Amino acid sequence: MATPRENDVKRRTLMAATVATAAVGAVAARAGAQTTPPAASPSSPAGAAAPTLKVSFTVNGKPRDLDLDPRTTLLDALREGLHLGGTKKGCDHGQCGACTVILDGRRINSCLTLAVMHQGGEITTIEGLGTPEKLHPMQAAFVKHDGYQCGYCTPGQICSAVAVLEEIEAGIPSHVTADLNAKPALDDAELRERMSGNICRCGAYSNIVEAIGEVAGRKA
Amino acid sequence: MKFDTPAATNPIDRLKIVGQPLDRIEGPLKTTGTAPYAYERHDVVPNQAYGHVLGSAIAKGRIASMDLAAAKAAPGVLAIVTAENAGKLGKGEYNTAKLLGGPEIEHYHQAVALVVAETFEQARHAAELIKVQYAPAKGAYDLAAPRDKAKPAGTDDEPADSAVGAFDGAFAAAAVTLDATYTTPDQAHAMMEPHASIAAWDGDKLSLWTSNQMIAWSVGDMAKTLGISKDKIHLMSPYIGGGFGGKLWVRADAVMAALGARAAKRPVKVALQRPLMFNNTTHRPATIQRLRLGATKDGTITAIGHDSWSGDLPDGKPETAVMQTRLLYAGANRLTRLRLAVLDLPEGNSMRAPGEAPGMMALEIAMDEMAEKLGLDPIEFRIRNDTQVDPEKPERSFSQRQLTECLKTGAERFGWSARKAQPKQARDGRWLVGRGMAAAYRGSPVIKSGARVRLDAKGTVTVETDMTDIGTGSYTIIAQTAAEMMGVPLDKVVVKLGDSAFPVSAGSGGQFGANSATAGVYAACVKLREAVTGKLGLNAANAQFADGQVRSGERSIALADAAKDAELVAEDSIEFGGLDKKHQLSTFGAHFVEVGVDAATAEVRIRRMLAVCAAGRILNPKSARSQVIGAMTMGAGAALIEELAVDTRHGFFVNHDLVGYEVPVHADIPHQEVIFLDETDPLSSPMKAKGVGELGICGVAAAVANAIYNATGVRVRDYPITLDKLLEKMPDVG
Repeated sequence: MATPRENDVKRRTLMAATVATAAVGAVAARAGAQTTPPAASPSSPAGAAAPTLKVSFTVNGKPRDLDLDPRTTLLDALREGLHLGGTKKGCDHGQCGACTVILDGRRINSCLTLAVMHQGGEITTIEGLGTPEKLHPMQAAFVKHDGYQCGYCTPGQICSAVAVLEEIEAGIPSHVTADLNAKPALDDAELRERMSGNICRCGAYSNIVEAIGEVAGRKA
Repeated sequence: MKFDTPAATNPIDRLKIVGQPLDRIEGPLKTTGTAPYAYERHDVVPNQAYGHVLGSAIAKGRIASMDLAAAKAAPGVLAIVTAENAGKLGKGEYNTAKLLGGPEIEHYHQAVALVVAETFEQARHAAELIKVQYAPAKGAYDLAAPRDKAKPAGTDDEPADSAVGAFDGAFAAAAVTLDATYTTPDQAHAMMEPHASIAAWDGDKLSLWTSNQMIAWSVGDMAKTLGISKDKIHLMSPYIGGGFGGKLWVRADAVMAALGARAAKRPVKVALQRPLMFNNTTHRPATIQRLRLGATKDGTITAIGHDSWSGDLPDGKPETAVMQTRLLYAGANRLTRLRLAVLDLPEGNSMRAPGEAPGMMALEIAMDEMAEKLGLDPIEFRIRNDTQVDPEKPERSFSQRQLTECLKTGAERFGWSARKAQPKQARDGRWLVGRGMAAAYRGSPVIKSGARVRLDAKGTVTVETDMTDIGTGSYTIIAQTAAEMMGVPLDKVVVKLGDSAFPVSAGSGGQFGANSATAGVYAACVKLREAVTGKLGLNAANAQFADGQVRSGERSIALADAAKDAELVAEDSIEFGGLDKKHQLSTFGAHFVEVGVDAATAEVRIRRMLAVCAAGRILNPKSARSQVIGAMTMGAGAALIEELAVDTRHGFFVNHDLVGYEVPVHADIPHQEVIFLDETDPLSSPMKAKGVGELGICGVAAAVANAIYNATGVRVRDYPITLDKLLEKMPDVG
């Protein structure tokens, strides 16, 4: 039991050491953070500041420059670094879809990718789709059809739903597409299949599909 | 306000705003990602550090030693909290196991340490460096094994045993009998938002931003755990990413964040990592249930017996799976028994409709089996054994009971008459098609609930109560209540929830929240109306509040005028004075399900779902419907996929994440239909409402099971009904 764990630790230590040489003396301050950067704590061992890497990408149309612990997921870069809390952490393992964002036009589980991998990327989060005062049509449809309850999976559902309609429009097939050469249908089976990576434990599925269908109908 | 006589006509009955299918008022926040959940509160306190919880790697035993040296030396680490350095801690009244284990370990993944560091990544890494040596002890992990040693166990409200007449003799003498045993597995709440808290100390005062269903309970248990007085704690939980009973209590995130913040002398935020949640927190306990039914040949039940076994940690409680059997069907001779075994698995506790959810999973298959033995339609069998009084205490009548109407309405809407009573008769291509139904039953308790209402010079009404909205729609129905009472449009009402600085409410649980909390708001609004008429010099007895005006006789004055000099504030509680004891307050329903079962693979697909509910006044049909479809979805999961797999050697739930513990996804759930029967219940509260969020799950799984039987002729009595349990007995592929 102990052996793999120790090996793992050694690998991590090695990686951290390698990175440290590349980013000398940087602390864990995160550009764009609104709160005070963490002060050096007396209990932190001197010289043990976290090694960081710089990355720049666009979030909701705004260029963002971050200096991150390389282990930081895109999800945590958004939530903790940029304080864009709309993107949710439900599992941190790519199992629930709550962290779905749109990266370079495709939806992605932002917990399953490291932020530093996305130099130059274009990211749209739930905050980039609409605001409470000016809802995106998908957001408005979720409100109208009560396509949520607790609201925690909702941003991921909505980001997924917006991307799903674009995927269908682009002719990308799914597991339930019968004819791979024809344009996928915009029916409930296709929507349900494509949305199945976004868990809603409150069980709003029936309403979510109606909300997406309404937006799809408007588009068609 | 004391509620001890049936509600008369009151301003709610106008139903201009209450009872309307309005969009949720917080909808624009939730859909834009701007509703603030606990872990995201960067705005509330600066300089937040990150805590990461380490869970025990054994289920029972002791920590022999902990080596923190490597973790302490890791980059960014600010503090490490363990039982050894945390100081003396108490245990919350609502907790069975301690939230910080050590040296004694009570269950797997019980928290044993919190690492606080500058960043999440550093805290997580350092937690992996803690070396723990354990001295494991032998534990009991298999409910079936110590079943004979299980002891009678009731709850604060319900006895372990109940008996009426002479069950044994009546069962032995009955013309038709059924004696069958059913099992339900351990289940996880698996709410989407992990348990999460931010804790900040200001001297000896603690601020806690958390995700919690019951604010006052949790202030009390934080105080008890930390050994400080309740008035030193400010707990805030305005948005909760699902709970289903899993957030009724303070959990390790809250206590460890508070201890971590104390140790690091900085605000600390902690979220339980998903793979920790299933064993660290609570779950719905597994049950073994024996149902015995005896009836005359014409289908009159003469004997009804229900025994249920469940397990929990020492000093834990039973899963009260026999509750509905005490109340749902008539029968002169009755026997129910709850037995509790000591198990060393993680703590069992409430999950959506505790008691009735697993109880109805068993009882309603038994009713289907019995109907078949009797040669009766299962709906007719249930109608024949309906009762309008508590069958154990016939002097108590139900406040409202429309079970028969639910069954009949559902049968008509679903097309029940087209169902073939014999199994294996309907085929649609590769699918064997079956239809099943079950009754739905859930108690509708009422709990004292308070609120404060403010009226300002702009005519805005602000409601403050520690009531929570866990997705149930509390924000909206409370706003509707205040708007109706004060005669203002919905957008003139502001609702503030989930703050321990506000009056204590019922909280969210046991489907008591909607009715109790809105009744509390009603009571406060009655007081505010009195303050308004007093201020305006109007006759309170005949004043009408409508359209932002207060009218009395010839006079009509703008409501806002009452607050033009100073804000008016009123506070009150609704206190329930015994009508709920004199009568039985319950909700009723009927579930109808159509399934297709793949003739070759036994894959089950749910094709149609209908619920009919009789649950008092429906305060908002849109959000109430969502509660019911959500519960139907969870019931579908219980029927087909949900099961915490117990490792009976090492004592833990093996499938402790959202891939291993399967919950329904989009592709599993068809369009769902819900019908609410017209009902008002003047014995329940001035709102004349009841709960509906838990009714919706009760009976669903049995309706699915009965539909599978109707499709395949295979009766599975052990949930979930997975392919392996069907395959061997499936009809030959034709």
